[in-house]
Amino acid sequence: MLTVTSIGRSFGDLQVLDGVSFEVRPGRMTGFLGANGSGKTTTMRIVLGVLAAHSGTVTWRGSPVTGAVRQRFGYMPEERGLYPKMGVAEQIAWLGQLHGLDQATAKRNTERLLDQLELGHRGKDKLEELSLGNQQRAQIAAALVHDPVMLILDEPFSGLDPIAVETVLGVLRERAANGVPVLFSSHQLSVVERLCDDVVIISGGKIAASGARDELRARYGTTRFELVVASDAGWVRDVPGVRVVDVDGPRAVFELDGRPDADRAVLEAALRRGTVRSFTPVVPTLDEIFMEAI
Amino acid sequence: MTTATGHEGKTRGFAAATRLIAEREVKTFLRSKGFWIGLAVTVIGLFAMSILPTVLGGGQTKVAAVGAKAAEVLVGTDLEVRTVGDLSAAQDLVRSEEVEAAVVPDASGSGVRVVALNDPPTEVVAALRTAPPVDLLDASEVGQGQRQLVIMVFSLIFLLFGMGGTAIAQSTVTEKQTRIVEILVSTVPVRALLAGKIAGHVLLTIGQILVIAVAAPIALRLGGHSDLLALVAPALGWFVPFLVLGFVLLASMWAVTGSLVSRQEDLGSSMGLVVMLVLGPYFAVMFFADNASVLTVLSFVPFSSAIAMPVRMFAGQASAWEALASLGLLAGTAVLTVLLASRIYSGSLLHTGGKLALRKAWAREE
Repeated sequence: MLTVTSIGRSFGDLQVLDGVSFEVRPGRMTGFLGANGSGKTTTMRIVLGVLAAHSGTVTWRGSPVTGAVRQRFGYMPEERGLYPKMGVAEQIAWLGQLHGLDQATAKRNTERLLDQLELGHRGKDKLEELSLGNQQRAQIAAALVHDPVMLILDEPFSGLDPIAVETVLGVLRERAANGVPVLFSSHQLSVVERLCDDVVIISGGKIAASGARDELRARYGTTRFELVVASDAGWVRDVPGVRVVDVDGPRAVFELDGRPDADRAVLEAALRRGTVRSFTPVVPTLDEIFMEAI
Repeated sequence: MTTATGHEGKTRGFAAATRLIAEREVKTFLRSKGFWIGLAVTVIGLFAMSILPTVLGGGQTKVAAVGAKAAEVLVGTDLEVRTVGDLSAAQDLVRSEEVEAAVVPDASGSGVRVVALNDPPTEVVAALRTAPPVDLLDASEVGQGQRQLVIMVFSLIFLLFGMGGTAIAQSTVTEKQTRIVEILVSTVPVRALLAGKIAGHVLLTIGQILVIAVAAPIALRLGGHSDLLALVAPALGWFVPFLVLGFVLLASMWAVTGSLVSRQEDLGSSMGLVVMLVLGPYFAVMFFADNASVLTVLSFVPFSSAIAMPVRMFAGQASAWEALASLGLLAGTAVLTVLLASRIYSGSLLHTGGKLALRKAWAREE
């Protein structure tokens, strides 16, 4: 488990991170959400030791992260980069060796990964000869070649077409299933929504919300319901404890205040009036949580 | 370094990381066309310099001689003599430019006069002039001409390899520009990155020096300069270590040069200082070659000592302890520079945008 505790960092007078704390748990995909300039990349760079924190600590399995530990991490930086004039397979294997693999293992892992990412036939080509999407796949292979104990990916899905997203996702899921904590940032909420188990939301250099995706949804969205009846649903307005968000003919969306069994009271009232076609809690999208959290 | 993760698998130590970086650097350059073209041009130039003058110069200057007196004065000169019957035959040879000049009998003091076409034939006149014998009280082992040649060759090679360090700057900028540097920095210590780069390019340089060291004797022999070869060979023994250490010194500065900018196009703006440190010693040694005291100073100043000290050793103007002291000084400076460079390198490597000032890079290490 990777634990980030009260990290602070400023550039000149600008405080970019302030008391950032969160955890990345083993075997889980953790989505790191935030608007541009909210501190996602800075946080990741600090975890990777590319940048120093001015305060706070980063620990891995309870001990401070040292260079030797980081060597076992896999990193995909936001600004992609590999050697343009070097062969794809060659440089991925080289990076594997740099991360501590012996030559044979590095080569074997490279071949396996490139095949998995459907890039096996391009291994001998120079990186610059690949399309941007394929360069991105190579970049992911570079982050995974040494079988990292921890994966940190900055916007791994940006620039990928939907099919490539599925391919890459499959590879990442496999790693997570093997117990590797995966932290990936994204500004595409829908992607994170679908992929991650845990969410960390950062805003203005501070953590706005963090936790399991479903917990967050529950926390931010238990009080909203949608009711569809056979006739007009306007009466909902008059039920005590209900704040109507929207009524449109037989359909009503409303929020409840804190009183117990309020949802039941509404449902019972509806049943008394006739047919109830549906009564569902509205689970907010991460989009909504995000907007509310920041 | 120990693995704090408890995870199976090895950790790359500093030395292994340096070796991998150096290996990649060497491989990349061995594969680039530019590297081989550069080396080929150098070797071809070397052959051209030593062989062409012999071939194109057509060997000895030819003169025609008329009469016993003329033949007599020409004995022992470096001229090819054709004896002809009379003055008009000699004049014909001069007119048809088969000979450069004719030496004919004359009633005046020396007993001969010279006939030429347009210009006075200086080489022939000089050969005929009898110079008084000279006694040198402090004779140098090597001639002035040979010394000049050695200075020129050493300076040129220094210039060639010194400027060759641009490759290190370019390789650093490439890593910055493509942003792979972020992956590298998160994987291995920045110092290993710098050390690997320097080591790789020093190896490449030594390789090229070896090629030249093998080609030069062949070229000189083909050009008929075996005597020169025997003379230069011992000086090379000193030149090689000086050159290698001088290159290490410059290499670290070239790496810093590359780390200060983010794009190849901006490299020109940060190169000034290093270019000066390469050109400065080159010109200083060329200009002050005849000023013994300045040359002595230059032979101890790192940078210029790489040329000046081997030259002084060659001319027999310095003793071995001086050379060793200068070599030590150069080595010390190189180590110090590498250490300073690694701090600046760490501070500037991840900087993007415009050119970073040295002072800022120094302060940025974190």
